[in-house]
Amino acid sequence: MADLSVSIGKLQMVNPVMTASGTFGYGLEFQDFVDLEQIGGVIVKGTTLHHREGNPYPRMAETPMGMLNAVGLQNKGVHYFVENIYPQIKDIRTNMIVNVSGSQIEDYAETARIINELENIPAIELNISCPNVKQGGMAFGVTACGAAEVVSAVRKVYGKTLIVKLSPNVTNIAEIAVAVEAAGADSVSLINTLLGMAIDAEKRKPILSTITGGMSGAAVKPIALRMVWQVAKAVKIPVIGLGGIMNWRDAVEFLLAGASAIEIGTANFIDPTITVKVAEGINAYLDRHGFASVNDIIGALEV
Amino acid sequence: MKKYLLDLTVTENTRLHDNYVLLKLTQDDDLPDMLAGQFAEIRIDGSSTTFLRRPISIHYVDRTTNEVWFLIQLVGDGTRKLATVAPGDVVSVVLPLGNGFTIPESARCRPLLIGGGVGTAPLLMLGDGLLKSGIRPTFLLGARSAKDLLQLELFKALGDVFVTTEDGSEGEKGYVTMHSVLSAQTFDRIYTCGPKPMMVAVAKYASAHHIDCEVSLENTMACGVGACLCCVENTTTGHVCVCKEGPVFNIEKLLWQI
Repeated sequence: MADLSVSIGKLQMVNPVMTASGTFGYGLEFQDFVDLEQIGGVIVKGTTLHHREGNPYPRMAETPMGMLNAVGLQNKGVHYFVENIYPQIKDIRTNMIVNVSGSQIEDYAETARIINELENIPAIELNISCPNVKQGGMAFGVTACGAAEVVSAVRKVYGKTLIVKLSPNVTNIAEIAVAVEAAGADSVSLINTLLGMAIDAEKRKPILSTITGGMSGAAVKPIALRMVWQVAKAVKIPVIGLGGIMNWRDAVEFLLAGASAIEIGTANFIDPTITVKVAEGINAYLDRHGFASVNDIIGALEV
Repeated sequence: MKKYLLDLTVTENTRLHDNYVLLKLTQDDDLPDMLAGQFAEIRIDGSSTTFLRRPISIHYVDRTTNEVWFLIQLVGDGTRKLATVAPGDVVSVVLPLGNGFTIPESARCRPLLIGGGVGTAPLLMLGDGLLKSGIRPTFLLGARSAKDLLQLELFKALGDVFVTTEDGSEGEKGYVTMHSVLSAQTFDRIYTCGPKPMMVAVAKYASAHHIDCEVSLENTMACGVGACLCCVENTTTGHVCVCKEGPVFNIEKLLWQI
């Protein structure tokens, strides 16, 4: 049995396997399938300052080896989270991390400040792919300057581990990663979903109510892997890799590319026990290759 | 109810006609508890265009043979591939998901179960459950044509069965909401599952006649457990997941124009 433990900022994790926001609910939805103590962390669904109803149905389109979603950050707001969800998850013995989203910088900072008070939430993951309402709806995370601005504002009020989730819908993701590192991020996670589109040819209409949506699933893995590799070379802070991880071998590939931990997203829909299977598979891989610790393979790609 | 990820073994795959198969699955251990109206997420292997599991209604659970039945309409690549499994094959299934139909407390209840096409699937298990609670169900089943009426003999073993077909090849010609049994008899509870336009028409009828009515929705879904928020229906309490809060809803909760 190899040592699977890794650390991200101040976070100590039993293994590098986490769940991606929006694919695992609050962890509670998967407790019939998975002992959550056996995974490194759970990133709960995107939380905003105020209640959001999200986008109209239909919100999902299946694509070859993937899917598009357009949920639109449906959630009941951070105050509801604090009062109703937190009591249910605070005693789960893994790192319960909240994904924080917003439509203006002040909202991100206020949400982060409120979550900073919660003793058993050791980290947040900032979703900077949201549209900035004050900048004509352009996402914060598509420019280095916009991304750094949100991260700086949150860093001022948030003292625990701050992970920043990067958008892949940019020209140079490494440049954004460097900017958020300089602004005080403890870690970056990538990739968020890729902007895509699906059309019903028979009806001559878009399938999603929002026309475009975020693509995830096995099909995006090569792109995610490339971006993780580029970012890991560009920053000193730990990188969390995600995007199309379907099994332990995919996870090992991300670790080799330079990720210190990984998140499993869409694969939870296909196998609700996949997180634990990936952790077991990484362990078997390390044993088979004679590595004592998972840290020995992080960034160990031979080029 | 506890949910399970199970590898079940196919015991039977019967082609009911061109477009429908009846799958029966089992395992060595007793199958978990399941309620009429709940569903399963079935993984489909070997179809390059099928990435997600397919949500399929539980048609019936035969406790004597320890088999769960699924009635599957062949609509796309996924269901067509699923229809090719053979006895002995193993199928990955997550179940039971969602909430079932409400069984009335009073044995004097006179329920009408209205199904359309493959939407009749959960009504077999519901009819069986009602009968076991001492309530005799009446079925009103609609289809395009006589050959699209599925499992009729099994429904007839549980209660009276009335039929409509769009081409008049069996029963009364037309839609379920036009059937004469609706004026000839009185019912105090309606359960319905089928194409959305049919369910909306049934909900309108139930609402106009002040009859309590539950519908089973089948919005496009991914996770099946309330995590991805893709299958939402707009309700009196906002967007809720059909997979977790449904698939059975009382029509009073829905914002349908009825």
